[in-house]
Amino acid sequence: MEVARKIGVPLAAILMFLALWEGIVWWNGWPNYKMASPSDLPPAYARYWELFLTMGWQTLWRTVAGLGLAVLFGTLLGMVMGFSRIARDGLYPLLVGFNAIPKATLVPVLALIFIGQHDFNTVLMAFLISFFPIAVSVGIGLSTLEPEYRDILRSLGASKLTIFWKIALPKTLPEFFGALKVSVTLAFIGTNLVEIVSPHGRGLGALFKSGETNGDYPLMFAVLIALAFLGILLYYAVVALERIFAGWAERPQH
Amino acid sequence: MANLIDIRGVTHAYRTPLGPLPVLEDLNIAVPEGEFCAVVGPSGCGKSTLTRLVAGLMKPDRGEVWLHGERVTSPRRTVGMAFQNPVLLEWRTILENVILPLEIVAPRMPRKDRVDRAMALLEMVGLKGFEAKRPSQLSGGMRQRASLCRAIVHKPDVLIMDEPFGALDNFTREDLWQTMRDLRAAEPFTCVLITHDLRESVFLGDQVIVLSGRPASTQFILNVGLPADRRIDVLYTPEATDMLHILRDQIRIAQGREGEVH
Ligand SMILES: Nc1ncnc2c1ncn2[C@@H]1O[C@H](COP(=O)(O)OP(=O)(O)OP(=O)(O)O)[C@@H](O)[C@H]1O
Ligand SMILES: [Mg+2]
Repeated sequence: MEVARKIGVPLAAILMFLALWEGIVWWNGWPNYKMASPSDLPPAYARYWELFLTMGWQTLWRTVAGLGLAVLFGTLLGMVMGFSRIARDGLYPLLVGFNAIPKATLVPVLALIFIGQHDFNTVLMAFLISFFPIAVSVGIGLSTLEPEYRDILRSLGASKLTIFWKIALPKTLPEFFGALKVSVTLAFIGTNLVEIVSPHGRGLGALFKSGETNGDYPLMFAVLIALAFLGILLYYAVVALERIFAGWAERPQH
Repeated sequence: MANLIDIRGVTHAYRTPLGPLPVLEDLNIAVPEGEFCAVVGPSGCGKSTLTRLVAGLMKPDRGEVWLHGERVTSPRRTVGMAFQNPVLLEWRTILENVILPLEIVAPRMPRKDRVDRAMALLEMVGLKGFEAKRPSQLSGGMRQRASLCRAIVHKPDVLIMDEPFGALDNFTREDLWQTMRDLRAAEPFTCVLITHDLRESVFLGDQVIVLSGRPASTQFILNVGLPADRRIDVLYTPEATDMLHILRDQIRIAQGREGEVH
């Protein structure tokens, strides 16, 4: 019953969304070159399924790689900012400023610095766009740790590292996963940005662009749906990790 | 008998943007081994500061803190602490929360011995059957009991408590006083209890120290002189009533309000 609801409800919502979409296109009598409808998608997938598999894989691994870097770097940066006031005061304006830069403007810059390194550029962009929420949440989590939590172990002469492992790190995990969920979607945006903008790109973004140049609207929409699917996949992977490592933070509902 | 806790001429000031804030001024406290010392004083006079100094979490500007004949300069493993907020870790069960200090103090102690020790304490405070629960599944009083177990699981020779029962209702508080009394009978520790509750100080304390207003120094020492196995009824005896009166007057003096009609 519980499982049926957990899977059934989202599935029903998706079906309703597709039906609504189909209905709107049919009602307006839009031709394919204006707006594709869900019934156009299966033929597009059938025709290009091999491309979808290889390109989808490209997009996925580069996003995950960028995300992995973001987790490593973001956590480290968050630790530095969480433990040192000076680092926090110094780094915050820099970080916020960097985050405010529209990342699309960085694509040509990266492309010039690392000419032809398409994989590298894509991973780098996924990383650049997604580390910020992680760094901020870890930093805030650590710096707002109540002193009493620290004192439980500090009064026993525990080292800073022990306090970090046993108290500070687990206590910030819920915030960390909250940020990671945001970062997942951001990382996808980063990957696709580079895939779409780069000439001779690869991945789903490049497939989207080829659909655009050829006026193949069903293909373009099929790519969008595939991207949404990958996004959902990765998001739920994070949710599963969260259950395992921070499931305790979920209080029983009354 | 030697004093287990010896606070000699401790003076401390916090550095604030508005200049130094003197909090403790030539404070002297001596607690013999095994005794229970209750500390009362006006709000904000420096009681929590005192606990942090005794625990070695801070160094006083002047004066010395001695525990067990050794000068305190940094935290020691032979100290246990409990706070007003139980600060239990939500990602651990009650049992694992109680075991935590052992992971630091006795990293090589076998798992089974740790569990046995923690379970014995949990049983003593009436938490048997709750060891697998999460802190949020327990009531405030139960959490505070678990926090007490954690404070003494590593057999500290000094237990420092900063208003541990302050946030509890009256009935729960009286239950916990009795629990505290029973723990003391079973475990030999020397105790410093900061409290706002004069009845609590008389019921639990061997001596009650009244601190003056900020900057705090020892204003008055009351020797309670009641037997160790007290019952709550003792608070309704004439001796206890007299002591409560004396303490109340001392607190008024510490607050600088002794002239007021009340
Ligand atoms: N880290 C700090 N920096 C500056 N001032 C502080 C600091 N900690 C405490 N103080 C100040 O020192 C004074 C004494 O604080 P302390 O917490 O020791 O008082 P207390 O007697 O425990 O108070 P309460 O009865 O409210 O618990 C207070 O006026 C407080 O504002
Ligand atoms: Mg206090």
